[in-house]
Amino acid sequence: MLTYTIRRLLIAIPTLLFISLIIFLILDLAPSDPTASLPLTIPPEVRAEIRASLGLDEPVHIRFGLWLYQFFVNEPINLIEQWTGASFGEESRPRVVSWQTRSPVVDLIAQRMPQTLWVVGTSYVVGILIAVPIGVISAYRQYSWFDQLGTFISMLGFSVPTFFTGVLFIVIFSVQLGWFPSVYDTTHVVTDFASFWVQIKQIIMPVMVLGLFNASQISRFMRASMLDNLNQDYVRTARAKGLSEQVVVLVHVLRNSMIPVVTVIALGVPQVFGGAIITEQVFKVNGLGHLLIGAIQGGDIPTVQTLTFIFAFLIVLFNLIADVLYGILDPRIRYD
Amino acid sequence: MLDGATPSVLDVKGLKTVFKTRRGEVHAVNDVSFHLKAGELLGVVGESGSGKSVTMMSLIGLLPSPPAEVRNGTVMFEDQDLLTATDEQLRAVRGARIGFVFQDPMTSLNPVFNVGFQLMEPLRKHMGMNKSAARKRAVELLELVGIPDAARRLKDYPHQFSGGMRQRVMIAIALACDPKVLIADEPTTALDVTIQAQILELMKDLRDKLGMAVVWITHDLGVIAGIADRVLVMYGGQVVEHAPVRELFKNPQHPYTHALLQTVPNVRGKREARLEVIEGQPPILGAPPSSCPFRPRCARAIARCEVENPLREPVSQGHDVACFHPVSATEAQNA
Repeated sequence: MLTYTIRRLLIAIPTLLFISLIIFLILDLAPSDPTASLPLTIPPEVRAEIRASLGLDEPVHIRFGLWLYQFFVNEPINLIEQWTGASFGEESRPRVVSWQTRSPVVDLIAQRMPQTLWVVGTSYVVGILIAVPIGVISAYRQYSWFDQLGTFISMLGFSVPTFFTGVLFIVIFSVQLGWFPSVYDTTHVVTDFASFWVQIKQIIMPVMVLGLFNASQISRFMRASMLDNLNQDYVRTARAKGLSEQVVVLVHVLRNSMIPVVTVIALGVPQVFGGAIITEQVFKVNGLGHLLIGAIQGGDIPTVQTLTFIFAFLIVLFNLIADVLYGILDPRIRYD
Repeated sequence: MLDGATPSVLDVKGLKTVFKTRRGEVHAVNDVSFHLKAGELLGVVGESGSGKSVTMMSLIGLLPSPPAEVRNGTVMFEDQDLLTATDEQLRAVRGARIGFVFQDPMTSLNPVFNVGFQLMEPLRKHMGMNKSAARKRAVELLELVGIPDAARRLKDYPHQFSGGMRQRVMIAIALACDPKVLIADEPTTALDVTIQAQILELMKDLRDKLGMAVVWITHDLGVIAGIADRVLVMYGGQVVEHAPVRELFKNPQHPYTHALLQTVPNVRGKREARLEVIEGQPPILGAPPSSCPFRPRCARAIARCEVENPLREPVSQGHDVACFHPVSATEAQNA
């Protein structure tokens, strides 16, 4: 398993380099212009100078090479220096800088990451916690009213997009009932119980919107996987041993059913970051998705490039995690 | 039909099992009665779909309900009617005093738990053993069923065992709590012939050693001839003939039993041009039978078979048959 993991990590390096090249080329081909949102009174030659100051007059391979060097060499060295306090070589290293804010992209991401992790992470955990029991009960009582209701709600949750449910929730719970704030305040600090309650109130709607979507998907997988296993011969064997239904279902069947579901959950983590972009917009959560949308609108190529690459990295990483988990959960699978 | 010398450990009377499907009811087990004496091996033969397995699963509530429903009958096991017992009481019987071995050892063990865990489960539940006692007993059991290097193999997963070895593990699980009755549902069907012979030897051996009664479901008459004391022949969810094993092979009375014996190819003498077959398909009964279920495929059918379902009538000591026009002894020998 260890050699397999190391081999996969090594294979990931050329994969990620290739992905970063593709992203860079696509962004370069896109007709976006960082000076487009500047006032029209600025003469063309000044615009050209602005573009030159951003490095846009260099040929594409130079720009890509510089980005690679800045992102993979300079930024990690900076991070290590920050953490250890040690200093390596020259004092100032060129960093990947946002064209919009003139601030290093990595710093921007570090600022935005906690919000996304809080909202999206909580919603994913909530989604899993709701989905697994619903899937188990739905499968065990197939075609019961519980199963029918669960199927209906998950079809609804899966097919209605989050930008619709988000706005619907805002209309019902913020505008009509006035229970929760419609905007997520990222500057809110939890210090005591009262402020914690405020945090709960502002996080509940985005978490429910994303959680409903995630739970719908995972509960369907859970149900299907349970149904596959409930009819297996080993379940009959377990019953023939005189084990209680609880042990039969929650030990024998669930352990087998979790194998594909855990894979789906792991593969879903990077997708959640993507899906959260819309929800972050709706609830004004100042997270990574918000940052990405703003950067795309402003033609801020370094930010878009870096963020997209991080998403790609997460996808590659969680694919590997899913494969390793599969090997751990299923004794029949051995990679070495 | 009861020759009541030794008391029965299992006494089944008038068992009826019905499956409710969307297209109506299927009567899978119709008025089945039999008994099982301590220490004997009862063979149950019949084609696929004759209700052999369903009968045995009904006894102990292993059929999923719905769709299955046990309508009628009594199953007396150690002064307890299993059909009226609560789920909790049934669970105390299953795996403890009645053990099961199923047909396909490749799928009957849980793939994600090691063999030791699966073997220790009934020990810990029914015998109240702690982990170390259960482990000790599990090693003994694996040695008993002839698995070499038992202590080390406890940690292995089912996929690390061959088919025959897995069936030995299944037998070890079934025997874990010293059951009075072992129900073996085609335990050798999925195995190749040499492994089949090994498992048969093992079962004979274990029965002599442990003295439990065995119900052996099979469609292999050769297996029955080799190990059974008495035989039930089932057709259309009914027992059509019941006899001691020698009597059944020497003097089959029911045309179905007779035909079944004809289908066994003979390895001595001239080779037949074609294998004997019983033409047609076994019936799927949508209602309780009102005529003989074998009638459409029976060469000896008479008018009465159309209007009445024959009951089991004794023909000699311990031998009974459900037929209006049975095969006579001379015919059987001439065939």
